[in-house]
Amino acid sequence: MTTVVDAQPTRPPLREKPRKPWPARLGAAVPHVILVTYVLIACGPILMIVMNSFKSRQAIFGEPFAPPNASTFDLSGFETVFDRSRFELYFLNSFIITVCSVFLVLLLGSMAAFALAEYRFVGMTLLALYMAVGIMIPIRLGTVGILELLVTIGLVNSLAGLVLVYTAMGLPLAVFVLTSFFKQVPKELKDAARIDGANEYRVFSLAVPLIRPGLAAIGIYTMLPIWNDLWFPLILAPAENVRTVTLGAQAFLGQFVSDWNAVLAVLTLAMLPMIALYIIFSKQFVRGLTGGALK
Amino acid sequence: MSHTQASGPPDDAPADVVESAPTAVVRPVPRRPRQRFRPHLLVFLLPAAAVYTIFMVYPLIDSMRLSLYAPVDGVRAFVGLDNFVHLLTDDLLSARFWNAVWNNLVFFAVHFFVQNPIGLLLAALLSSATLKGRSVYRTLLFIPTTLSVVIVGFIWQLVLNPIWGLVETPLLGQSSTALITLSLMSVWQYIGIPMILFYAVLIAIPDELLEAAKVDGANGWQTFWRVKFPLVLPTIGIVSVITYVANMNAFDLIYTVKGALAGPDFSTDIMGTLFFRTFFGFQLQRGSSTMGATVATLMFLLILAGVLLYFFVWQRRVEHYEL
Repeated sequence: MTTVVDAQPTRPPLREKPRKPWPARLGAAVPHVILVTYVLIACGPILMIVMNSFKSRQAIFGEPFAPPNASTFDLSGFETVFDRSRFELYFLNSFIITVCSVFLVLLLGSMAAFALAEYRFVGMTLLALYMAVGIMIPIRLGTVGILELLVTIGLVNSLAGLVLVYTAMGLPLAVFVLTSFFKQVPKELKDAARIDGANEYRVFSLAVPLIRPGLAAIGIYTMLPIWNDLWFPLILAPAENVRTVTLGAQAFLGQFVSDWNAVLAVLTLAMLPMIALYIIFSKQFVRGLTGGALK
Repeated sequence: MSHTQASGPPDDAPADVVESAPTAVVRPVPRRPRQRFRPHLLVFLLPAAAVYTIFMVYPLIDSMRLSLYAPVDGVRAFVGLDNFVHLLTDDLLSARFWNAVWNNLVFFAVHFFVQNPIGLLLAALLSSATLKGRSVYRTLLFIPTTLSVVIVGFIWQLVLNPIWGLVETPLLGQSSTALITLSLMSVWQYIGIPMILFYAVLIAIPDELLEAAKVDGANGWQTFWRVKFPLVLPTIGIVSVITYVANMNAFDLIYTVKGALAGPDFSTDIMGTLFFRTFFGFQLQRGSSTMGATVATLMFLLILAGVLLYFFVWQRRVEHYEL
């Protein structure tokens, strides 16, 4: 009995800082082993595609896991892509659609969210609920109606049609999230502006910069599905001159399936911009998804 | 209306004043008298409400309306529930429909049983206070989620191609393995979302709570299952319902890898591809917007059923804790 009592206070110090014994240090390595393994699963295939897109045909099949070197370096895939398709145009289309939609979602979304957070009016709860319903219902279910509508107003095969649909798709979540951000803007600030004679539009323009984290999160969260979407470009705007990168890549890949150089080059071209943008803004993105908490 | 407000404070106040004199005085000020018309309200709200209503709500309702119509002699006529009856009783159509429903449920089940454990494991490791390089791991693990589904489809088609020798069997070409493989590809892409959401819950747990568990003699394993896991459980529900909705209208991945016919032999056909084929037609079958709308309405009902199941079964059973 006494030995047990004695042993207890002496044991913990052994495990303490200065130099951990082997089991503890091994234990600390386990999380890294698991995480590195999963990083390989997550990024390995992507790396393999990017790497092989810069290699010659023989090297792609001969040594798929080797990075390109002086003798295997080859850009013929990229040449095929730019010779045989109008990829720069697809990029421009995707860029215009994404930027306009995100801008409209943020502008219209923050205006509506400001009104919902700031004023009391009849039917306010109902309106908030009406907007929020769209968060759970996928807009794709209304595709038949959307196509008929766009045919009626002559916006099939146009960038504007896609922008309007994507704006409607992004608004529900934007309004919902931004409303809670606007509610956190201190009341004194807005009232001070009002006392100084600012009208409501001026008060709004003063409040917007204060919810920048919310805008950044919603901006990134809205942007990804729009840039990556295949469904609406395929159905609403399949024409060559308004094709997006995602649809362009899909069409090109279908056509050049056996030309691995070209396929790998298209994949690399289509994914690198988003990955780069994501890495630059990854902090805001994670913060947005975790509701501001970040560790 | 104005009677009660105007006469309220002076006459009825005494009882309240005793308890909370300051608030009773302050309250009437922010509650401004209702103005008749505030133009800025319209300016702020109308654009968003209009775009949302015209391009989302109206088409959704219109699609449901169209599911009750059918072309009769080249003119659209109201046919009641005929489209639904046809879809669910015609031998070939109903076989395709139930096949797609079943495949879609398998697609979801794979997500549910794979993404939750792996997402939770990764989130638990990332949220450990002593982990080095957390933000690097987090960024790298999330990269696949930022890719287009089209890209993901082709990446895996190449990686799983027996020519490259990572796998011997054509996993995407056999009807026994194609659906599971596609589901796992989708999990591979979207695992970042459950991971980040679980991670957000785990890092929000106050240190005192974990300290208390430690003081009570709980080891890491016990702390995880007795303290952290119950706190994550509501988020598992939310993640699952989001995944269910997304899976029920998934399309891009199957279309990219297997085409609209969702081969081999419709073994990867899900609601999204069925909807697309019914709407636009393929090979010998002609497309029909009214039948397409019918499929979309059934998709809506399936999604609604799942969401209601979540709200009335999961939400009621699972305890929510305020931290």
